[in-house]
Amino acid sequence: MNRYILGRIASVVLVLLGVSVLTFFIAHVVPGDPVLVALGEHAREEQIAAYRHAYGLDRPVPVQFAVYLGRLIRGDLGISIRTRRPVADDLREFMPATMELGGAAWLVALLLGIPAGILSAVFKDRILDHLSRLGALIGASFPVFWLGLLLLGAFYYRLQWFPGPGRLDVVISPPPMRTGFLLVDAALAGDGEAFRNALRHLVLPALTLGLFSTAVIARMTRSAMLEVLYQDYIRTARAKGLPQRRVVALHALKNAMIPTLTIIGISFGSLLSGAVLTETIFAWPGLGRYATASAINLDFPAVMGVTLVVAVVYTLVNLFVDLIYARLDPRVRYE
Amino acid sequence: MIVLVYALIALAAPFLAPYSPIMQFLEHRLEPPRSAFPLGLDQLGRDILSRVLYGARLSLVIGLVVVVVGGILGTTVGVVAGFVGGRLDNILMRVTDVFFAFPSLILAMAIAAALGPSLTNTMIAIAIVTWPAYARLSRAQALVLRRQEFIEAARAIGLSDMRIMMRHVLPNALSPLIVQASFNMGEAILIAAGLSFIGFGAQPPTPEWGVMVSEGRDYMTTQWWVPTFPALAILVAVTGFNLLGDGLRDLLDPRLRRAV
Repeated sequence: MNRYILGRIASVVLVLLGVSVLTFFIAHVVPGDPVLVALGEHAREEQIAAYRHAYGLDRPVPVQFAVYLGRLIRGDLGISIRTRRPVADDLREFMPATMELGGAAWLVALLLGIPAGILSAVFKDRILDHLSRLGALIGASFPVFWLGLLLLGAFYYRLQWFPGPGRLDVVISPPPMRTGFLLVDAALAGDGEAFRNALRHLVLPALTLGLFSTAVIARMTRSAMLEVLYQDYIRTARAKGLPQRRVVALHALKNAMIPTLTIIGISFGSLLSGAVLTETIFAWPGLGRYATASAINLDFPAVMGVTLVVAVVYTLVNLFVDLIYARLDPRVRYE
Repeated sequence: MIVLVYALIALAAPFLAPYSPIMQFLEHRLEPPRSAFPLGLDQLGRDILSRVLYGARLSLVIGLVVVVVGGILGTTVGVVAGFVGGRLDNILMRVTDVFFAFPSLILAMAIAAALGPSLTNTMIAIAIVTWPAYARLSRAQALVLRRQEFIEAARAIGLSDMRIMMRHVLPNALSPLIVQASFNMGEAILIAAGLSFIGFGAQPPTPEWGVMVSEGRDYMTTQWWVPTFPALAILVAVTGFNLLGDGLRDLLDPRLRRAV
């Protein structure tokens, strides 16, 4: 087991290195000379040369990469052209909002998707199954940005059931910032009103973001369950006289969860991607919106910073999932 | 089946569309659907039906380019990696892992930002995002196939590795790749629309569905047909491709088991 863990961690380190190389490469592929972008087209020769020298752009590429890597390790992601603050500070400010939204969406996806998949498999080819499969199919094909607009239009504008864009109503003062997760901070401060308000603001975006993952997880759970349910050992359990529910819950589910686990890890990636669009629509002050604003303004340090951090988070999440997977499925450890 | 209809419509768009997608009838701005303009008009007086139809062509082209380029690139890498094995395999798979570490839209956005907002750059960006999946799949296939007897036989005759890979490994590895391609088309359309929505892909007045939804965003609550129909078009198209992928997968799976 330890060998497996060490192996995985080693490959993660390699991957992260590769990630930084790729990010660096993309930042360098910028066709528009970054110098001209910063200084404007009518800059004089001396200004260009001075800028280049100041930013180390006149040194050979591998040296620049080494400098870049050194900065990364120290946590320096550069200065955002747009906000004029260190990118790392920007990211630290906006990350909790996205994590909160992503966490809520993930929860939605798990709580809705897994039961849907299980029921679909157990009641295979009956109405419930067909409906669920149809729902999953459409859910996996739905453009996220439209879903957000739809939900906002219907539940906020027309029905007024849920509040509109943003994390908190303007009139409510936010609780003292401790973790950046509004729900946690409000709970810690004992601020019931803020808690409830933040929760209500979370509903629509979480549903929007979570739909795609719900569909994917439901489909995967269903097929995993189906694979397991027809195995011999399930028949044995039934033959022994165990009640259906116990059979399903105990034996089938545990084994079906294993491939589903991998998908759950991967779905986190689509959550991060979807957050970009969802946050834009719901004016959610998170990484996604930051990334979009930065990209549109061609703020490369910021864009690269976000891309890098997101990739790192995603890789770590998948590492975590793999380790759990190894713990659950002994076969993996002895490869 | 949906895909067939869709493809036909996309091809026939220039003939089906009653009006030019950028022609404006300003006096009829924002009118609801009626007989002359079945899907209504947008905020610049353009016929939505025509724009949606032209958008279908655009999306289909985007999807095809992405899938073909990404597919060829990914499959080549995967087959070589799986077949040759050893250090090359290791290196290639590490590179694939690096690409996999990025969530698709995020990486696509970064690349699109670096290259500049245009349709071509969007296609490049999405292709870069999707090739790793093909690499993984084809590699897995190659790994299995290279132990088969007919490959050994080919070697024994003296065929070069290159030849074996192209003539024998590749055709047998195709089935899961085709399934992947189908799902990929839908995925590519979604990513392209998402990028356009933010402002990166196609630019106005191009009638790309994502751009149309973005432009029509403000009218969602009043003249709902402006953003809704293009969005519905996206939904239908992607669903169609997902269905196709599902169907193909069911079709090819038992055959795979029987063949092996």
